[in-house]
Amino acid sequence: MAISRNNLLAAGLIAPLFVVVVASFIVPLLVTLYTAIGNPEVRQTLPLTTGALRDWNGEGLPPEAAFAAVIAELAQAQEGQAIGQLSRRLNFEQTGLRTLLLKTARAKETLAAPYRESLVALDTRWGDTELWQLLKRNTGTLTPLFLLRSLDLTLTPAGSVAQAPKEDAVFLPLFARTFVISFWVTVLCVVIGYPVAYTLSTLSQRAANIGMALVLVPFWTSILVRTTAWFILLQREGPVNALLRGLSIVDEPVTMIFTRFAVYVAMVHVLLPFVVLPLYSVMKGLDPVYLRAAASLGAPPWQRFLRVYLPMTMPGVAAGGLMVFMLSVGFYITPALVGGPNDQMVSYFIAFFTNQTINWGMAAALACLLLLMTGILVGVARLVVPGFRLGSVSP
Amino acid sequence: MNPQGRGLALFLRTFTAIVLVFLMAPIVVVFPLSFSSGELLTLPTPGYSLRWYDDFFSSSKWLLATRNSFVVGIATAILATTLGTLAALGIFLGRFRGKAFIVALMSTPMVVPVVVTAIAMYFAFSFVGLNNTLTGLVVAHTVLSVPYVLITVLATLQTFDRNLLKAAATLGAPPHVAFRRVLLPLIAPGVATGALFAFATSFDELVVAIFVAGPQQFTLPRQMYAGLREFLSPTIASAAVLLIVCSLALLAANEYFRARGKARTAAADPAEPN
Repeated sequence: MAISRNNLLAAGLIAPLFVVVVASFIVPLLVTLYTAIGNPEVRQTLPLTTGALRDWNGEGLPPEAAFAAVIAELAQAQEGQAIGQLSRRLNFEQTGLRTLLLKTARAKETLAAPYRESLVALDTRWGDTELWQLLKRNTGTLTPLFLLRSLDLTLTPAGSVAQAPKEDAVFLPLFARTFVISFWVTVLCVVIGYPVAYTLSTLSQRAANIGMALVLVPFWTSILVRTTAWFILLQREGPVNALLRGLSIVDEPVTMIFTRFAVYVAMVHVLLPFVVLPLYSVMKGLDPVYLRAAASLGAPPWQRFLRVYLPMTMPGVAAGGLMVFMLSVGFYITPALVGGPNDQMVSYFIAFFTNQTINWGMAAALACLLLLMTGILVGVARLVVPGFRLGSVSP
Repeated sequence: MNPQGRGLALFLRTFTAIVLVFLMAPIVVVFPLSFSSGELLTLPTPGYSLRWYDDFFSSSKWLLATRNSFVVGIATAILATTLGTLAALGIFLGRFRGKAFIVALMSTPMVVPVVVTAIAMYFAFSFVGLNNTLTGLVVAHTVLSVPYVLITVLATLQTFDRNLLKAAATLGAPPHVAFRRVLLPLIAPGVATGALFAFATSFDELVVAIFVAGPQQFTLPRQMYAGLREFLSPTIASAAVLLIVCSLALLAANEYFRARGKARTAAADPAEPN
């Protein structure tokens, strides 16, 4: 069947945006996925060693050629920048390998044939079968290590999955914390937002417009500005403490900034409009005839609320609540600014691994898991709220 | 209403008033702080002055950030509005399956946590040299804001009566004339709203800027963030006030276009109010 002229025109109109979104969004996401599982360092920096280890069966020690290759290639890597990436990568696999690799690279001049003996003489770790198993394992193109680490698992030198050591097992608690904070923020937003939306929907149009304006102005103000405002307000010498002391509620300034309390206050402030706006439009569109029918059938007010009003406004609650939860899970700026070290969420660590420790594999693995969680939430949202769309909450 | 119901209504109104105060207070409080004559961000202020605005407008860093914000914001608005409107028209005009999929695909940047988008772009841009460039920032912001354009323009097109295009054709107008004189004027308010969303998204965006922008590409939010982590000076409060004023202007413009859009569709199609 020939493509109609109409559809050809349509395709031409859609194509530019399609190309831009694929090239600068979909492809970067795929790059991130690859970064989470890619393992290029050993293969690229130690190609000859990789070749020499290919036929080694993993028992005892590898052939002399592997020892010779690793000495030559580490020394060569030291002249470029590659040694930094390689040693950082392997040190993440096993702490201490960084110093071993740097030491070996520097010692090239002192090492002579037979290389196996002189390497073991330099550092006994070169005589460990486990070290060579670890190296051989990392000659593969892909590694599950970063994703495993994100789930507090690790690989033993022999390559089997094990629990990560206690000091490294920080990520499951991190995901749990992210969920706990997001859950309470969602609950607070719904519990506060529901009566507010209801009250606004019962006011006269004039009063409701003013009320909605007071919801929309914060909604349009940037998250950073609102977080900054809380950052200033909650300081030890800040306005909130001044007010509390002025009213003689407290004698000493209360520490609020860099606490979980500050995170909740600022996040609820940022996200509350996302509940109020959809609820308001649902409540506004509700036909009061059902409530009147319930009343005429003799239902007392609380029954009218529980059995008629609440079920009819549930889609709004679900849409707003899921929206808030989904946004909360990805929050970064607000906890980073007003929270303490124990209030940071997954996003913070993604940024931390990207910028501070330059461990892109770990950052990408956490990002992939966060993305997966969001995907599941969107799926749930679509099941629970027919026609759920993130844009539906835009003003 | 019985006394019990009246008591409940009073309680609800009081509660709502308190929540509205909670929503507005932080935004309002920044204003007096920014006009303080003192060095510290405390209330009551020792006196009022414009010194922190003076500081803002005489600082090369803040001026550069302001310039960058407007350059990136306007470029993003133009790019996102053009691409988004064309795609919306394509989706509206085409007769094929999978329209919902295309809209969903283009809207994914709204769903994906912004940190994930930010590092994804940072990784990918590092291969093509787009990090630490304004172009990179514009591309990133365009991707983030294009869903808003697409959705608002599509929503406006829903109210557009296809018979008007047929009428124009019957009256002898070639397609491009019908597009320019019939379709475009009717969807213009939706396009304008989309452009506002795109500008506002870019103007407020921080997370992508943290990764993709270098000091020379710092935008206002990025500069504010840097300032907050260094030293809490009242200049930050004055920058916040300037951002709030910009947001209010955008909100007002949005309401204006929305009212105009309603008036237009009502005038064009009085029989069908939806």
